Amino acid sequence: MSAAGISPYVLGAVLAMAAVTIACRATPFVFFMKRRPPEVVDYLQKYIPPMIMTVLVLGSYKTTSFAMPRDWVPGIAAGLAVAGLHLWKRNTLLSIFGGTALYMVLIRIM
Amino acid sequence: MDRDIGSSAFGPAFHASIPVLLGYITIGLAFGLLLVKSGQPWWLAVVMSAFVYAGAAQFMAVGLLSAGTSIAEIAVLTFVINARHMVYGLSLLGRFSVCKRFKAYLVFALTDETYGILTTVNPPKGVDKESFYATVSALDQSYWIIGSTLGALIGGVLPFDTKGIDFALTALFIVLLVEQIRVIQRPEPYVVATIATAIALVLVGPANLLIVAILIAIAGILPFRKALA
Repeated sequence: MSAAGISPYVLGAVLAMAAVTIACRATPFVFFMKRRPPEVVDYLQKYIPPMIMTVLVLGSYKTTSFAMPRDWVPGIAAGLAVAGLHLWKRNTLLSIFGGTALYMVLIRIM
Repeated sequence: MDRDIGSSAFGPAFHASIPVLLGYITIGLAFGLLLVKSGQPWWLAVVMSAFVYAGAAQFMAVGLLSAGTSIAEIAVLTFVINARHMVYGLSLLGRFSVCKRFKAYLVFALTDETYGILTTVNPPKGVDKESFYATVSALDQSYWIIGSTLGALIGGVLPFDTKGIDFALTALFIVLLVEQIRVIQRPEPYVVATIATAIALVLVGPANLLIVAILIAIAGILPFRKALA
């Protein structure tokens, strides 16, 4: 397909995706632009971030297979290394580089 | 460069964004490569990363577009994948209430990773919050655009093996979770979210796990309102 010859279909699909995505992200801000959020939103604002981070961490492992050690050991070991490093040194970059390096080594040697 | 995004915000914002740099460049490379291999022009990768800017939905679109899926179906599937972002906004109402000039962009650019950084990392004292948020958001998106553009143009001939480097994003989430645990030292949110994820995995499997898990977690944390007050 040439650069100039993109189909109206593809263009329309991408526009629709952009519109839906921005709508999802903007909904709460638009909804509460004029009205005060109910008190329960104050409560949720505090506890949603830790819950979402928990879901995102667990979700990162959602397709992990436990059939063979090489399927799950690199991800789990590197994940524990990240948490351990971070609890110990609390240096974000060290935790992330260290864990990622360990992961990249493990998936190659296992 | 705008004076509001001064050097004082750039340093801390860049530092906070480095994990995303690793993840977005490599995952963006994979996206750009896949899109071009599916028969689309290279610049569609740039257009999508600039205007859609939603990783999972963009990956999904590669297959849907080459299968000729209807636009209505693509829109519905995009909604299912990105509905979790409605919840993200809900927990940022207070934080973004100080924002004026860049608020529209901050809302547009709210990915999982940017959300994680903005809700967990506080800018150093003296750094304007909105400038910090906007700089983190813009840097993150620039990594995603650079990665997907490179992937679309030269992804097929990369000379080095980057397999596994995208673990940096999992690592980022783990670091941000540890930071959350330091601030909120109550077991309820973590236990509720873990149970919610397990239930969601059983109910819907991996495909739409995140939004279902998040909705169950929110329902599950409501009864603890008195206990956590």
